[in-house]
Amino acid sequence: MPPLIFEPCDLPDEAEALRGEVRAFLAEELADYPVSKRAHSWIGFDGEFSRNLGARGWLGMTWPAPWGPGRSALERYVVIEELLAAGAPVAAHWIAERQSGPLLLRFGNDEQRALCLPGIIAGETYFCIGMSEPDSGSDLASIRSKAVRAEVKGEAGWVVTGRKVWSTYAQNSHYMIALLRTGDAGESRHDGTTQFLIDLSLPGLEVRPIRNLLGDEEFNEVTFDEVFVPEAMMIGAEGEGWRQVTAELAFERSGPDRFLSAYALLAELVRFVSALPSDATAGAHDAIGRLYAHLTSLRALSISVATRLDAGEEPALEASVVKDLGVTFEQSIPEIAQQILGIAPRLDGGSDFEASLAYVQQACVSFSLRGGTTEIMRGVIARGLGLR
Amino acid sequence: MTDTRNMIAETAERLFAAHLDSAVMDAAEAGTWPAALWDEIAANGLDRVLVPAEQDGIGGDWEDAFVILAAAGRHAAPVPLAETIGAGWLLARAGLDVPAGPLSLADDRARVPWARQAVQVLLSADEGCFTVHDIAAMGITPDRNVGRDPRDGITLSEDGTAHAGDVGMIGALVRSCQMAGAIAEVLALCVTYAGERVQFGRPIGKFQAIQQQLAVLAGETAAAEMAARNACRALDRGDDVMFAVASAKIRTGEAAGKAAAISHQVFGAIGFTDEHHLHYLTRRLWSWRAEFGAERVWAERLGRALAAQGADQLWPALTAR
Ligand SMILES: Cc1cc2nc3c(=O)[nH]c(=O)nc-3n(C[C@H](O)[C@H](O)[C@H](O)COP(=O)(O)OP(=O)(O)OC[C@H]3O[C@@H](n4cnc5c(N)ncnc54)[C@H](O)[C@@H]3O)c2cc1C
Repeated sequence: MPPLIFEPCDLPDEAEALRGEVRAFLAEELADYPVSKRAHSWIGFDGEFSRNLGARGWLGMTWPAPWGPGRSALERYVVIEELLAAGAPVAAHWIAERQSGPLLLRFGNDEQRALCLPGIIAGETYFCIGMSEPDSGSDLASIRSKAVRAEVKGEAGWVVTGRKVWSTYAQNSHYMIALLRTGDAGESRHDGTTQFLIDLSLPGLEVRPIRNLLGDEEFNEVTFDEVFVPEAMMIGAEGEGWRQVTAELAFERSGPDRFLSAYALLAELVRFVSALPSDATAGAHDAIGRLYAHLTSLRALSISVATRLDAGEEPALEASVVKDLGVTFEQSIPEIAQQILGIAPRLDGGSDFEASLAYVQQACVSFSLRGGTTEIMRGVIARGLGLR
Repeated sequence: MTDTRNMIAETAERLFAAHLDSAVMDAAEAGTWPAALWDEIAANGLDRVLVPAEQDGIGGDWEDAFVILAAAGRHAAPVPLAETIGAGWLLARAGLDVPAGPLSLADDRARVPWARQAVQVLLSADEGCFTVHDIAAMGITPDRNVGRDPRDGITLSEDGTAHAGDVGMIGALVRSCQMAGAIAEVLALCVTYAGERVQFGRPIGKFQAIQQQLAVLAGETAAAEMAARNACRALDRGDDVMFAVASAKIRTGEAAGKAAAISHQVFGAIGFTDEHHLHYLTRRLWSWRAEFGAERVWAERLGRALAAQGADQLWPALTAR
């Protein structure tokens, strides 16, 4: 069995040095931001907040010159965990900064970088992800939306036809990074796909929000009706889409967003338990003690992976383990909170605890779907263990 | 890892592997003291890893102790090594002599680990203190835990003087480290077996249901080890260690329960036999999980402290260094 490597690591001093600054910024910026909104975690959308964060230099921190200041991934780690713990509305820049920017740095060309990275680092350019399709979820390699080489009005490029679904915040985004079929899947089933940088204002492209079970419009259906995409907008190499996507997903797997997205509820649960009369605490201390124990070890595991990523390693197995543990933990919080609250949370006039429970209870069923389902993640871990 | 730590880890692993086969395990579980193993442990000083060099110890830290305790856990070692290491640290810290030979520590007079074998027993007393008792001054009623390791009842003729040191805390820490090692070994055994055992014409590890279970076990293994090592690091830093030790005992204890359940499911009937060695580990996991405070006890204590601090101190506590 290949060993699981998780060395305990301390965040370096220069990263810790940022913590106080970020906390002070958030205390001021979010002074009036209610708990019911904080519970939305990284789904909370506020363009102005993202812009202010960019102005502080806290977006694209790790990007190398000339695109960014080239700071360490562990400094960024401190910034994002503080944002998440505060329940800051980070959604506007979240996908762009976490995933799309790093992807363009790694596989994109300079034209694409010049077009997008300055806007992302300023907190003004938003991205969405176009991977899933109506008939392709977990089985991403089966996608059918296609890009075909063409010359239109003398310009070389691709014509895109098909449909993407579940694209989070496509309705507010400027660009999508889409995975499209450009050739045969081949025997491995992993050939013949290519990634494209797609301007969402192009003609022939339609974005339609899909209301979710909370009644919110977050994810979308995006249809492409012969959308012309210039040649320079192909990302990386033709036919390499699958391998690039796999690398991209690794960026998002082990970060603190995989175990802090219900943090606001956890904090409200602790507040609730703190205020319980001493004859009504049965099981309540036990519950928060266990949650704390899970959270400390998860955070240490996540920092351990972040430290290896920062050193240029690719701990893919360990990253999947963190995501699986993290999602399991997050989903346990509303379950436990409901047991302790004992009564049904109300949607409107209730306490902060009720409001955050109401939100997370409904939202958390998606935690084990987005970014790869639990079953798929566990399959990845099993492969890492040498079982498949 | 430092060079010293590597050397300690290799020594511990080599020594347990050489001395512990099923004949020795079975004899030990039937009451025969594995003298050869213990002598070798003592000859290499592993039992005195936390005793300062001036007192004939290795003068190591808790991270060094972790590698020994985890190895002892991996091999289900039927000797009071964890107790001796923990007691040695407590005695030395209290400025007392650390006698040669097996030591014990206990938070319950009805369940003293290896009392029959120990030269001294450290008992927890009020307010984070302990008392020291020589074996000669004790009455002993032999008993065992489910791991079939001695957990003896003792009667004392005198109370003993109190010294500063939290036996319950150290007991919980060493059990967490042993569990982390044993769980890692359970995972390794399962992965190997799942690659070898064939049913329906395929190794059972090819079945998704088994893969999913072992993926869960891998996560539990990682979390348990991290929790135990975090607690060791907290002791080495000299912090207020209650949060870290409580978290370790809770997290390793929960993982222990899952590891035992998943591994027995994966091994099928062969894992339920006396002949197969899986039970040396799982029976000890069940015992260690409940000793020096089950998860419930520590979770209650930790939860009370968290509630007393209040919700706004939760994040600062999590990120404190
Ligand atoms: C809130 C939210 C936001 C999202 N945002 C985006 C986005 O921005 N961009 C984007 O491209 N996608 C996004 N997704 C889509 C997400 O990636 C998919 O939901 C996910 O990959 C699963 O696909 P599916 O929903 O089609 O489920 P399916 O793949 O149909 O799976 C249904 C069930 O079958 C199980 N299953 C499927 N295959 C296997 C297998 N081989 N073995 C065992 N079990 C299996 C799954 O685990 C699951 O339990 C989002 C989803 C959600 C819920």
